[in-house]
Amino acid sequence: MPKKIKIYIDNRPYEIEDGQTIMQAADKLGYHIPRLCYHPKLSIEGACRVCIVQVEGMKNYVASCAYPVADGMKILTHTKELRTARRDIVELILDNHPEDCHTCERDGICELQRLAYAMGLRHRHFEGERKCYAKDLSSESVIRDPNKCILCGRCVRICSEIQKVNNLGYAYRGFKTVVIPAYDMPFSESVCTACGQCINVCPTAAFVEKNHTQELFEKLQDDNLVKIVQFAPSVRAAIGEAFGFEPGVSKEKETVAALRRLGFDYVFDTQFCADLTIMEEASEFLERLKGKGKLPMITSCSSAWMKCMEQFYPDLIDNISTCKSPMSMMGALLKTYFAGKIKTEPKKILSVAVMCCTAKKYEAARPELRVNGMPAVDIVVTTRELAWMIKSGGVDFINIKGEDFDKPLGLSSGGGAIFGATGGVMEAAIRTAYELYTGEPLMEIEINELRGLKGIKEGLINLDGAQVRVAVAHGLGNANALLEIVRKDPGRYHFIEIMGCPGGCIGGGGQPYAGLNSIPLDEDTLKKRAQALYDIDRHKTIRRAHNNPDIRRLYKEFLGKPLGDKSHELLHTHYKVKFPRGIIPQELTAR
Amino acid sequence: MIAPLDILKKKRSEALDRIHSKEYLSVKRVHVGMATCEIAAGSKEVMDIFLQAAKSGLTDVCVSQKGCAGRCNFEPTVEIMEDGKVPVKYCKVTPEMAKQIVERHLKKGEVIGEWADNGKLKHPEKERFEEGHLCGKFFQVFGDVDFFSKQMRIVLRNCGIIDPENIDDYLSVRGYEALAKVLTDIPPVQVIDTVKKSGLRGRGGAGFPTGIKWELTARQQSEEKFIICNADEGDPGAFMDRSTIEGDPHTVIEGMAIGGYAIGSHRGIIYIRAEYPLAVKRLEKAIADAKSAGFLGENILGSDFSFDIEIRLGAGAFVCGEETALIHSIEGHRGMPRPRPPFPSVQGLFDKPTLINNVETWANIPVVIIHGADWFNSIGTQKSKGTKVFALAGKITNTGLVEVPMGTTLREIVYDIGAGIPGNKKFKAIQTGGPSGGCLSEEYLDTPIDYDSLAKAGSIMGSGGMIVIDEDSCMVNVARFFLEFTQNESCGKCAPCREGTKRMLEILTRITEGKGEEGDIEKLERLGTMIKKASLCGLGQSAPNPVLSTIKNFRAEYEEHIKDKKCRAHFCPSLLEYTVTDKCVGCGVCKKACPAGAITGVLKNKHEIDKNKCVKCAACYKACKFNAIARV
Repeated sequence: MPKKIKIYIDNRPYEIEDGQTIMQAADKLGYHIPRLCYHPKLSIEGACRVCIVQVEGMKNYVASCAYPVADGMKILTHTKELRTARRDIVELILDNHPEDCHTCERDGICELQRLAYAMGLRHRHFEGERKCYAKDLSSESVIRDPNKCILCGRCVRICSEIQKVNNLGYAYRGFKTVVIPAYDMPFSESVCTACGQCINVCPTAAFVEKNHTQELFEKLQDDNLVKIVQFAPSVRAAIGEAFGFEPGVSKEKETVAALRRLGFDYVFDTQFCADLTIMEEASEFLERLKGKGKLPMITSCSSAWMKCMEQFYPDLIDNISTCKSPMSMMGALLKTYFAGKIKTEPKKILSVAVMCCTAKKYEAARPELRVNGMPAVDIVVTTRELAWMIKSGGVDFINIKGEDFDKPLGLSSGGGAIFGATGGVMEAAIRTAYELYTGEPLMEIEINELRGLKGIKEGLINLDGAQVRVAVAHGLGNANALLEIVRKDPGRYHFIEIMGCPGGCIGGGGQPYAGLNSIPLDEDTLKKRAQALYDIDRHKTIRRAHNNPDIRRLYKEFLGKPLGDKSHELLHTHYKVKFPRGIIPQELTAR
Repeated sequence: MIAPLDILKKKRSEALDRIHSKEYLSVKRVHVGMATCEIAAGSKEVMDIFLQAAKSGLTDVCVSQKGCAGRCNFEPTVEIMEDGKVPVKYCKVTPEMAKQIVERHLKKGEVIGEWADNGKLKHPEKERFEEGHLCGKFFQVFGDVDFFSKQMRIVLRNCGIIDPENIDDYLSVRGYEALAKVLTDIPPVQVIDTVKKSGLRGRGGAGFPTGIKWELTARQQSEEKFIICNADEGDPGAFMDRSTIEGDPHTVIEGMAIGGYAIGSHRGIIYIRAEYPLAVKRLEKAIADAKSAGFLGENILGSDFSFDIEIRLGAGAFVCGEETALIHSIEGHRGMPRPRPPFPSVQGLFDKPTLINNVETWANIPVVIIHGADWFNSIGTQKSKGTKVFALAGKITNTGLVEVPMGTTLREIVYDIGAGIPGNKKFKAIQTGGPSGGCLSEEYLDTPIDYDSLAKAGSIMGSGGMIVIDEDSCMVNVARFFLEFTQNESCGKCAPCREGTKRMLEILTRITEGKGEEGDIEKLERLGTMIKKASLCGLGQSAPNPVLSTIKNFRAEYEEHIKDKKCRAHFCPSLLEYTVTDKCVGCGVCKKACPAGAITGVLKNKHEIDKNKCVKCAACYKACKFNAIARV
């Protein structure tokens, strides 16, 4: 029990717990000290100096995000002097930032804009030279625009601390300081896993996804194409936020309706292919459990995790499930099975995916996932991009009447829905694997040990007396911790789920920006999004993937059986070791 | 068990035997200054000539090197000592002079009068074993009375006296005695107590009481603690730490070992800039020598205390002198500061309690131990004890390294030690503390040098840069120069320092270019005050000092630049106007020199400068042989 101390904020006495920072204490007492570089999930940077306060007895201002409270401390948060200093600091940041708010992707949803407004910045005193760098457009997923960077360091910290990818760092000094990948390599050649978390935490538009909306708008006008779209479970759990709805409200049917208004001919559900993934993956796991293949088996649906694995865990390639991601399975089916069904040439099909993820853009471009020489998915847009398209395309998302998915690739089980939350793939896989192995349905299908935002979750499943140990990690940093355990003790687990983003796909790099009263990657928001998916699951009559009648029909009509020849051709893939420049192969020790 | 002090005594007498076995006290001893500064001035070639001479027949000559005694403007220096004879010092020795010295002085015993700076004492070698050398008395043997008489040499006590690469030399001047003493019978708590009582404050600039820092670190419960020596001397024009290490590396090592013993650390790291190769080389040798002599390593001097030191090279970032940035750099990260607390004494290198002091602070430690807290405490002013080393540079006759007791006035340094300003120029300002410090005008010359008085006057002690500025320098430009340095060296982390210093620099630049506007001074003050109070680390917190102090002390100069578009020092090119006076004889040289075709005139008639065409390059001004071009 921390001891109670007394502090004074703006001359008012408060009794608080010791062992916290001034900002933490003030937050709990109804103050909101302005801030910029601070993020509760990241280390304390103390760089922006916006959260400065005055402490009696201190010559200089202190950064409230970093400075601990002490008994008897007298803190001033709002003097004239501080207001001027904060205003000037924000102006200095703004003075080195392009003046293109009106044409900026984040206009109206930019933390710097909000801060400048709140600080009362009405004119400029110190304008001068602005930085001038080229944009890095090389990546399929993430665009870096150093001109908009205000050097808050959130991207650097999330990339190194949460994701442990360490792709970003500072270079050069003084006014020339800039955030770049190692050796200033283009993003496409860097170790970036395309997870897009830098986009999530960036307060401005220094990081944004590679935008494909214009291209998509154009293609939607093309009458020669059959326009088919799929969207991921997490899209419906979050898209409402972009329209001012509270987090955690599912907008599944509204999204289907909006996509039809935008001009799509068919709207399918990625969850259908999540069910299909479960069929293949559960079967693959049971095969491996019987001794055909390496254990632990590790899931492969997260594209950021796949790139990360190829770069940093090449020793685990044989442990990775060969299943493609649900998105790529859907793409493969659209250009084979579904093209046959509607008697259309596959090349006339425009396969579009709306994803909560920026890495899916990278995945869609992977050559090994092509089907008969064609990309399985032609265009990937993020939840954010779709929200913008809906606004731009003149669709009334607020009042629109919900509609159902098209058939036959639109029906899904509850197992497919929970794919979007960390632990969901594992939970869905267990539901199916249990029944495939034991022949009896699993009764307790909600596996609470695998839910929630704990970094690494473990579970134990009894398959007819065989104890199967499973583990789940979300975020590449947690994955790193889990895989280090696996490297040391390969026999510890049988089955591992890894998702590249914090919280799983619901926290993906393509999800709507934090709203006015929230912060990026806010845990409450993530929990609510996850809950939306669990609610969808609970309301479904079919909750196990193998009970999805359309999945059964697909196997009957087209695929044959799980892990069959057709499945192998269309639904499975392989991975290769990648040594991007700047990464020293493990067998070489640094000098 | 034999007491460490007894082991040391034995080692010292062995060292003295080795020195004497070279018949040290009975031959002609030639000491050549071989610090980086002296080598740059040419002492390596001079040294070679003496070595060559010694090799080819001069058997009664013993040539050795020594560090820098601080007389920069006299380098290279050669001292020749012979027991019973007056020691002789030759200054600014060229290879030609060296050959003559060999021929005439060493071979024939003839002191070359016109080059020699004759000493007064006859037994300098005896002197160095006494404590007298602490007062700079040793150097007065060479007649440098003015330069040295007001100095007191604690940190630099051995610099320029001993051979820095010879541990025997260090032992002969009571080297490692302090370490042996604490290992013999002073418990760590008492060592810290001594340092506390001595009143020693950190010499890196901020002046935090050293003993308290030690105590804080000692109090931490941790398996591992670190000792760091901050030798990342980055101020332009500062060379105190380099000279100390090059002249007396063992003293730093000894200080660190004592620190390690006091706080319970077994690992020391010297963070030194890679631009100091000679200092690094001497440190490496000193560490190796100290290890093989048993002053570092396991069970030092037979005690159960073990301590080892390694060297880490810095890549030359000014900000790495800031302790948290320095720690990041050692850890292998980009040298960027982080907010404090936690302070390094609680959570430092690799998150372990870490004691960081700079070179000069460490060099004080052995003396404090040997001579005691009371003795040290008696030197200096009430709140600033001991001495401070300054690198005296700029418009001053005697440039060099000086060490004075705290409380010495700036005037004494400039006029007594530094011998005033050359060329009959007027004193204008003195800049202390490097780019983090301030410029003080003539009225502050009687300010006693101590942490608090300098801060009160608007400057800082800093690590010890001291630059004298005369009437030919423009104060706006001086401020601009320092700010440009800090802006370039800002790590870029915190917004006030990164962006704010840039804007200040832009304003200063436009003032010097004659584009200053009403309100610019106020903007500089507003930004400067904010940056000082809001920046993350000491670099930003002190970066506006040169600007704010020049505005405070030389506001009129700023105003002239802005309102009258005039630079009274005739320094800012854009603010100068060139006219032809009646002295013009019409030779036409200026016309030919002008690159802009701005000068017209007929031969043998007075020429004219078209102000609209003039680019203010000063080509005519330099070309005119009749001083007929006036510059206003």
